[in-house]
Amino acid sequence: MLRWIRQQLGFDPPHQSDTRTVYVANRFPQHGHYIPQRFADNRIISSKYTVWNFVPKNLFEQFRRIANFYFLIIFLVQLMIDTPTSPITSGLPLFFVITVTAIKQGYEDWLRHKADNEVNGAPVFVVRSGSLVKTKSKNIRVGDIVRVAKDETFPADLVLLSSDRADGTCHITTASLDGETNLKTHFSVPETSVCQSVSQLEALQAVVECQQPEADLYRFVGRITVTQHGEEIVRPLGPENLLLRGARLKNTKEIFGVAVYTGMESKMALNYKCKSQKRSAVEKSMNTFLIIYLVILLFEAILSTILKYAWQAEEKWDEPFYNQKTEQEKNSSPILKFISDFLAFLVLYNFIIPISLYVTVEMQKFLGSFFIGWDLDLYHEESDQKAQVNTSDLNEELGQVEYVFTDKTGTLTENEMQFRECSINGIKYREVNGKLIPEGMTEDSPDSSTAHLMGEELLFLKAVSLCHTVQISYDQPDCLVGDPFSHANGFSSNNMEYYASSPDEKALVEATKRIGVAFTGTSGDIVEIKSFGKFEKYKLLHVLEFDPNRRRMSVILQTPSGGKVLFTKGAESAILPFATSGEIEKTRLHVDEFALKGLRTLVVACRHFTPEEYIDVDKRLTAARTALQQREEKLQEAFSYIERDLQLLGATGVEDKLQDKVQETIEALRLAGIKVWVLTGDKHETAISVSLSCGHFHRTMNILELLQQRSDNECAEQLRRLARRIKEDHVIQHGLVVDGASLSLALREHEKLFMEVCKNCSAVLCCRMAPLQKAKVVRLLKTSPEKPITLAIGDGANDVSMIQEAHVGIGIMGKEGRQAVRNSDYAIARFKFLAKLLLVHGHFYYIRIATLVQYFFYKNVCFITPQFLYQFFCLFSQQTLYDSVYLTLYNICFTSLPILVYSLFEQLVHPHVLQSKPALYRDISKNSLLSFGTFLYWTLLGFCHAFIFFFGSYILMGEDTTLMGNGQILRANRQLMFGNWTFGTLVFTVMVITVTLKLALETHFWTWMNHFVTWGSIAFYFIFSLFYGGIIWPFLHTQDMYFVFVQLLSSGSAWFAIIIIVITCLFPDAMKKVMYRHLKPTSTQKSQSLSASQTQALSCVESLCCYQHGQSGCSRLAHLLEQMTVQCKASVNNCHASSRSNRWGGRQQQETIIMSSDEPLPSLGVKSMDYSSDCYSP
Amino acid sequence: MASSYKDEDGHISVKKPENTAFKQQRLPAWQPVLTAGTVLPAFFIIGLIFIPIGIGLYVTSNNIKEFEIDYTGLDPSSPCFNCSQNFSWNSTKPCTCSIPFYLEQPYESNVFMYYGLSNFYQNHRRYVKSRDDSQLNGNEESLRKPSKECEPYARHDNRPIAPCGAIANSMFNDTLELFYSDPNGTKTQIPLTATGIAWWTDKHVKFRNPGGNNDNLTAAFQGTTKPINWRRPAYELDSDPENNGFINEDFIVWMRTAALPTFRKLYRIIQRRNTMVPTLPRGNYTLEVVYNYPVRSFDGRKRMIFSTISWMGGKNPFLGIAYITVGSVCFLLGVILLFIHHKYDNRNNNPDISSN
Repeated sequence: MLRWIRQQLGFDPPHQSDTRTVYVANRFPQHGHYIPQRFADNRIISSKYTVWNFVPKNLFEQFRRIANFYFLIIFLVQLMIDTPTSPITSGLPLFFVITVTAIKQGYEDWLRHKADNEVNGAPVFVVRSGSLVKTKSKNIRVGDIVRVAKDETFPADLVLLSSDRADGTCHITTASLDGETNLKTHFSVPETSVCQSVSQLEALQAVVECQQPEADLYRFVGRITVTQHGEEIVRPLGPENLLLRGARLKNTKEIFGVAVYTGMESKMALNYKCKSQKRSAVEKSMNTFLIIYLVILLFEAILSTILKYAWQAEEKWDEPFYNQKTEQEKNSSPILKFISDFLAFLVLYNFIIPISLYVTVEMQKFLGSFFIGWDLDLYHEESDQKAQVNTSDLNEELGQVEYVFTDKTGTLTENEMQFRECSINGIKYREVNGKLIPEGMTEDSPDSSTAHLMGEELLFLKAVSLCHTVQISYDQPDCLVGDPFSHANGFSSNNMEYYASSPDEKALVEATKRIGVAFTGTSGDIVEIKSFGKFEKYKLLHVLEFDPNRRRMSVILQTPSGGKVLFTKGAESAILPFATSGEIEKTRLHVDEFALKGLRTLVVACRHFTPEEYIDVDKRLTAARTALQQREEKLQEAFSYIERDLQLLGATGVEDKLQDKVQETIEALRLAGIKVWVLTGDKHETAISVSLSCGHFHRTMNILELLQQRSDNECAEQLRRLARRIKEDHVIQHGLVVDGASLSLALREHEKLFMEVCKNCSAVLCCRMAPLQKAKVVRLLKTSPEKPITLAIGDGANDVSMIQEAHVGIGIMGKEGRQAVRNSDYAIARFKFLAKLLLVHGHFYYIRIATLVQYFFYKNVCFITPQFLYQFFCLFSQQTLYDSVYLTLYNICFTSLPILVYSLFEQLVHPHVLQSKPALYRDISKNSLLSFGTFLYWTLLGFCHAFIFFFGSYILMGEDTTLMGNGQILRANRQLMFGNWTFGTLVFTVMVITVTLKLALETHFWTWMNHFVTWGSIAFYFIFSLFYGGIIWPFLHTQDMYFVFVQLLSSGSAWFAIIIIVITCLFPDAMKKVMYRHLKPTSTQKSQSLSASQTQALSCVESLCCYQHGQSGCSRLAHLLEQMTVQCKASVNNCHASSRSNRWGGRQQQETIIMSSDEPLPSLGVKSMDYSSDCYSP
Repeated sequence: MASSYKDEDGHISVKKPENTAFKQQRLPAWQPVLTAGTVLPAFFIIGLIFIPIGIGLYVTSNNIKEFEIDYTGLDPSSPCFNCSQNFSWNSTKPCTCSIPFYLEQPYESNVFMYYGLSNFYQNHRRYVKSRDDSQLNGNEESLRKPSKECEPYARHDNRPIAPCGAIANSMFNDTLELFYSDPNGTKTQIPLTATGIAWWTDKHVKFRNPGGNNDNLTAAFQGTTKPINWRRPAYELDSDPENNGFINEDFIVWMRTAALPTFRKLYRIIQRRNTMVPTLPRGNYTLEVVYNYPVRSFDGRKRMIFSTISWMGGKNPFLGIAYITVGSVCFLLGVILLFIHHKYDNRNNNPDISSN
């Protein structure tokens, strides 16, 4: 009331109030004081930019990246002060990078604009002034009544007013929101559900009050006030009344609804959130290296500046007669000059931090990630799903995983439930061919097959078939045609399909149907079952929905005889404590037995209400449901009041099949040095048995338990005991089982102790875990002192938090919706694909990116150090050694492509070797290729090479004359002069060749593309230089490079010098490689030589000729090459064979993961392979 | 990405990745493994090729004869001492000195005569950029309005300097002449060729006189002034019109800035005229120097060098030494590798990696 007054007075803006008031059809109250609240329109804006703000906003976003900003600063410095290099040298690459990124982002945004326009312009029907008006989706306002027809999506968040059904219900699927394909029933309040026509709606006077928009899809609190005949009727509104934007209407001809949240305020739009950026370990070390380089850069600049001033102190060096300063230089302030000198050196050396590194890394990640989606081995035929990459930023992190946290249900198992056993009234039954067979009986024993089901059994079956939220769809829903899940998800017989959000429920209902008690449908609040041919109608009074904290759900029904009964179903821990009658102890034993067999257990109970009790229950429930504030708490309270004094009916055991090759995959991961933790919500007996069956726990393992700890002290004591046991018994492997409750105790006070125990266990199983606890375990490991790289894999919404928490999150495209997939970084169809994803793709990506990063730093050290050294010979006057064009193009053109191609295609070891020898994964663990040692090695190598380039050229060039040929190649008897530009060009030529060949030395996988870019780059450099030096460029200020390159090459001894310098640089490196390989070979290198001896290797020339068929331009070139070289003729066959053998590797190994490497690899002449026509065919 | 792919049943699966060598990352490839076995031949070959080349280069370099005279005149006993001490920019009377020397070996083929400067930083940034290539290319506009890079050598007495800039201004202007003293006492001047010492492209393309091939250079340079340190304007550098003005080869050679502070530049060529007689026979010579160029202010040195050349250029023993060194190191390492290869080969064939 107070708020209302304040609103009226304009004190607080309406949108800040806790609730929004929506007048249906925007019929505002007539009596004066109403100020309409302002709501967003129904326009969806997913685009970031408009035409007008694109340039400034995009530039701002781009320059927020520290690297771009750095280059911008360098560029600005170059513009401002008198610098040795022209601003173009850093401006052009920066411009290039910024433009490419802007074009990419602009294109993506344009696509978003297009999609937005399509959505916003979609036709919708709105009731306005008494008739149905067709308009565009974006014109819907809050309060409009919208008509939606069958199979259309809802254009805004609507409160259901009426449907074409008499009871005002409708069915929807929320597949595009949370991926759940089951049908959900939504309701309208009785007062509005009668308004099934436009004219009736016109007469409707109603106000909806609801909370302000929030992102939670499953929460909606509101009430509707309908004015009928002058009296106001208030009804509660919950999520079951709300139709979310993006959901689709099913099985219902049309509905009317009033828009409450529109446009960007709809729940779907609020759920658009940018995922938190994950950064890979490689990126982190890259940034560390960058900082080191920045320090080197600053050091070089400061040193040069100081030395410059030391030299300048003497007049004869500062200003000799031949080199006077201008007036301006003489008069400028010394401090300003000092600063500008420092900045000039900074600019001169700034190339040591390569701008192209970022571009190349990004391109590599983006392009490289396609290979995951393309991989046939990661393609699941049955469900037609291929691997999906959501972030390419983490490719290399796949090669660094140390801990895998996996969900059990749906990840290790199929999540395809099959009812197996049940316990009724203390007797165990099995289901065989649609009959329940008591324990001890065989299927064909006469009395069991004919025996009529006893009262308890019948009650149990009825309870199971009534207490659920399963939906029935009679006609085949058209959107699911061709969907492979339709068979798995819906049980079809007599055109009747069950749809359930929980596969357990579906399995149970299907099972009771087979046994004889079939759930045949609901109409209104009547639930109908067919019990052994006899139809029975129950009136559904209340549903007490399932929630993960209560871990049970209940229904209250009116039996045909008029009694009120509550059926409840849930986890045994959630029901047994509240049961007061029935065979509690026996059932508990049976539940444990089921769990031991790896079955998922549910306990079923009932409670009969006396009429008085029911009135009390009804009142409490209604009160709680209509509460506007703290509805959830009140409901919880009411539920726990109702679900007690239960009579235990029995328990069910549902089997969940293990997925294909789970055991092999876990074993492979273990061999790769990855620790696997299973985190599940199941009870510990089930979890342990699944763990054992999937090879997570071994029979020989000593299983330690940390279960049911109640207090801190007890927990600590137990932990210490376990730690002691591990110490005493370090020979055998240990497995640890923890449950959720004990875990939270252990984590609260004894984190260190717990971690100590965990680290010594080769397998850890956490059961009874809540979703947030899963994330907490991941975070605990992540932040432990070793900072291991974690990977979480799961399929359900309950795994989302852990998927987002872990370094790498992998979603399984399973049955529990697509929420996990959408929140994951990578999504695969089956758990077994994890092995290839980590062992092969992860390995490749890591090696590629690690070499890429190191090489980039190396080549820029090579590039800029001679420049630094040259300052010692030119009085620190900031004279550049290379021409500006060379400075600009070095990273862009001359050395960019080979490393990019390398980083896309390099395979250090054959994929099948990687997969059959998981131990190779250990070679790259702990970011070993980017350790400080290797970084130092590459940097020092860069410096050494730079010294050799510079001083090699220096000595060989002598006093400008000794290297110059007499030019006999061109013209007899001339001996010509070399100047400073020739010297720089000599150094540059040597550098381009060495740096390219250094990469060639690193390359282990030479496809024709590697050949093309490696030799092509060198050739391009020569051609470009000849061209660049061959013309007087009219727009260039100086013609320093005119004919310099030709003169250089016309000297014979220059060629000799180039060859000797290149060889001198590379051969110690080659020597070192060979020595290490022989004296201290890594297992990767061992298996390299092993696989090399076994696979049919291509020779160098052959690999040049092996073009892929289908690349028309290239294959024509191949034909040409073929004609030119006889050698290629023969090599075509080899290409064939090689390509085939590679294929063999991929496919075959997926089938049989060879555990031990002692087993000889099968020979390669396998004839029986299926072989498609993808290879080269001349 | 994934285009539709038809599998065996004819069922079209849109999502199924294509089974191509490229997409499945099994492009045919050469997979070299750097083992002793593969690098050994390379090392031996490098060794075997480089050592002879190195020896060849070394011998060639040693056959090149070089003779050097430092005529800076810092030492009081030096003939040029007076000239170096009494230097003044304003003196109109040139100072000359003559240095006698004795050639112990006859120089058979063409002899190249250089001047060498030390401690002269032609590679200083302010110096290197102090030129106007457009002016040197004969552009009339740049002739009148030199680039501001030429500052402070762009204008003098309100007239543009041609050629402008610090490089041109500081052009080396000593004149060196060579006289052979016969054993019987007669002194004959040895003819020095002043053309053919610059790059052909420089002389014919990059450097052009203003006004095209106008015979009247004086008119073309009208309105400009000579560089401050020069004694005569550009159009009076040589009497030969093909070697005058901007296309004077001494000027072009000077304009190619040296990479290092100690450098030598080609000055003249002594052509061999008679195959029977050595170009420079053994005997007594005199170097007559017109001493114009001051180097004392920056501790510089001036030298005159004679050198013959070979097919590989001037005297440089380092190239040969480098080849010999690298070649023999390669060879030596090859031997070590051979040893390693033999010793560890067996181990390498039985990799046991499952154990770790």
